Amino acid sequence: MSIENLSMAKAINNGLRKAMTDNDKVILMGEDIGPLGGVFRVTEGLHADFGDQRVLDTPLAESGIVGTAIGLAMRGYRPVCEIQFDGFIFPAFDQITTQLAKLTSRHEGSLSLPVVIRVPFGGHIGAVEHHQESPEAYFAHTPGLRVVSPSNPHDAYWMIQESIQSNDPVLFFEPKSRYWPKGDVETSESGFPLHATRVVREGSEVTLVGYGPMVSMLLQAAEIAAEEGTSIEVIDLRSISPIDYEPILASVRKTGRLVVAHEAPGFVSVGSEIAATVTERAFYSLEAPVLRVAGFDTPFPPAKLETTYLPDADRILEAVDRALAY
Amino acid sequence: MSYTAATVQLLSPEGTLVENDVTAQYLPWIQKLSDNQLKEFHRQMAVMRKIDIDAANLQRQGQLAMWIPSLGQEAAQVGSGFAARPQDHIFPSYREHVVARIRGVDPIRIIEILRGLTHGGWDPKQHNNFHLYTLVLGSQTLHATGYAMGIQLDGATATGNPETDEAVMVYFGDGATSQGDVSESLVFAASYNTPQVFFLQNNHWAISVPVSRQSRTPLYLRPGGFGIPGVQIDGNDVLASYAVTSDNLDKARSGKGPQFIEALTYRMGAHTTSDDPTKYRQNEELDFWTKHDAIERYERFLRAKGADDAFFADVKQEGEDLASDIRARTIALGSPPVSSIFTNVYSEPHPLMDEQWAWLQQYEAAFEGGVA
Repeated sequence: MSIENLSMAKAINNGLRKAMTDNDKVILMGEDIGPLGGVFRVTEGLHADFGDQRVLDTPLAESGIVGTAIGLAMRGYRPVCEIQFDGFIFPAFDQITTQLAKLTSRHEGSLSLPVVIRVPFGGHIGAVEHHQESPEAYFAHTPGLRVVSPSNPHDAYWMIQESIQSNDPVLFFEPKSRYWPKGDVETSESGFPLHATRVVREGSEVTLVGYGPMVSMLLQAAEIAAEEGTSIEVIDLRSISPIDYEPILASVRKTGRLVVAHEAPGFVSVGSEIAATVTERAFYSLEAPVLRVAGFDTPFPPAKLETTYLPDADRILEAVDRALAY
Repeated sequence: MSYTAATVQLLSPEGTLVENDVTAQYLPWIQKLSDNQLKEFHRQMAVMRKIDIDAANLQRQGQLAMWIPSLGQEAAQVGSGFAARPQDHIFPSYREHVVARIRGVDPIRIIEILRGLTHGGWDPKQHNNFHLYTLVLGSQTLHATGYAMGIQLDGATATGNPETDEAVMVYFGDGATSQGDVSESLVFAASYNTPQVFFLQNNHWAISVPVSRQSRTPLYLRPGGFGIPGVQIDGNDVLASYAVTSDNLDKARSGKGPQFIEALTYRMGAHTTSDDPTKYRQNEELDFWTKHDAIERYERFLRAKGADDAFFADVKQEGEDLASDIRARTIALGSPPVSSIFTNVYSEPHPLMDEQWAWLQQYEAAFEGGVA
């Protein structure tokens, strides 16, 4: 056992450092990730230690970053791209969806593309437009990509390394609001494979499912509910594509009630997908419809309104009450 | 619609070598070629033109969903294709059938794409580093630049040995120059000083939109704004294409950074067989380019050097034999296995692929003659 108490930003930094030390084909690319260490300082110190050839400060062009990363991966490199903010991934959307996602299939198996795209995402940081969004569903909808999001420093440390080891492209969504709180990181073993769903709190009456920034909110809601005498199970999805359904189905068979929460808009969302699948596979176990708690189907509002827009523990508990009322 | 004072031409429309201050730096590349190598240029141009015409006919006969003609652009492609050294990597757009064949891709592989059997067709590693076609305009320019960055990181270029130093060549068209990815790849290429040649085939038309709508400035001047030298060549002059591309690739591989060639040529046929160019372009333009056709011009050059009727008859026969062989193999092509829908979406196991393939097999098995 070897435990360090780290912020998620530092845990990812350590994970990147470990991956770069273990494999000299791992290179980092992105805007301001060199001497500055990225706008969130996730790559801090790596340029100083690994140099220009391993940590590439790129021109400010997201399609260029992902497009050239594809070429580097064709050459045998394992590029890890940083997109500076969630809302700035869209200039790279074409390279990600029409090229990165499809080139392995187009090559009929003769090419793997081990490219990781790190995306700081989500709200609660009081920032301007395009800096607080949750675009993960676009990528989960795209065959050929894998999409994951850690909720705590331990998972972040391991999941970034496992994403880099994956021979498939991985979108790695980092919850900005969770960059700074510290947590224990067990550095000798991960405990879970990259795409495994994890039960983070056991309970018997309602199941809550979320990922990334929402998991701490779900735990907070479960704590409040416990004080009121309701037993809630909380599941951290960790992987948005593919989704490891077995722990969710096992939980729903036990509780009969499921609430899915995320910051992203609810329409055509990860929550919609989970609701549909759980309804198909555990219909006779359900005592209530699967409910979704999500951002509203509007553009992300100006920061002064974000706490109203984003689901919080109260909105989650409101859904729990509705589920229990059936 | 014609050449400018800046256009590098080594072979006049009459088929004679152009000797002046500009061509002096390129002509040594031609002087190094043997008669057999010079004849091979003609063979490739003429054989692929025959295959191209026949493939368009196969589409008309319902054997292909579509064909993308390379008719008229053979000189630009043969010259640049032969200029690439074996260790070089080539990223095509989707009309580089002639370059593909030079790098060892059987034209039937391209037929398979357009018959609806595959989105890929070949493994670049097994085909002399000729990468797959890319249908999203300009996307491949970034892949090429990234690949060239990788060559650089590997230290596999600019060691001073042109026989082993690697370089990348990327093909794209005049329409693609309006795409952001092309500009971004020029930015990245300049930033990292990549060993790379941008080879633009300006065939004057992006389906129905003329090059004049894409650019107010001649396209070979555009890379200058990125700090990359540009040169315009007569793309219907196979010798100019060969010599200038050889020169540019060797500059790129020797550490001089990215180079840009605009080859002025003409799409003699339609954009694809789905197109009708008579709706948007003028006969005078077609007449000009017919008069400047690459193959007739080069035939005059070879005859003056002593190539005889027997040689040209032999090439004609080879084209007919190959076209007929491809026709027979096209008609005999089967369907891809149904399992291929799922098999290579990911490199590693994926639960949705397993579940959906299992479901499909069960579903198909419920029918008499189910395909899975």
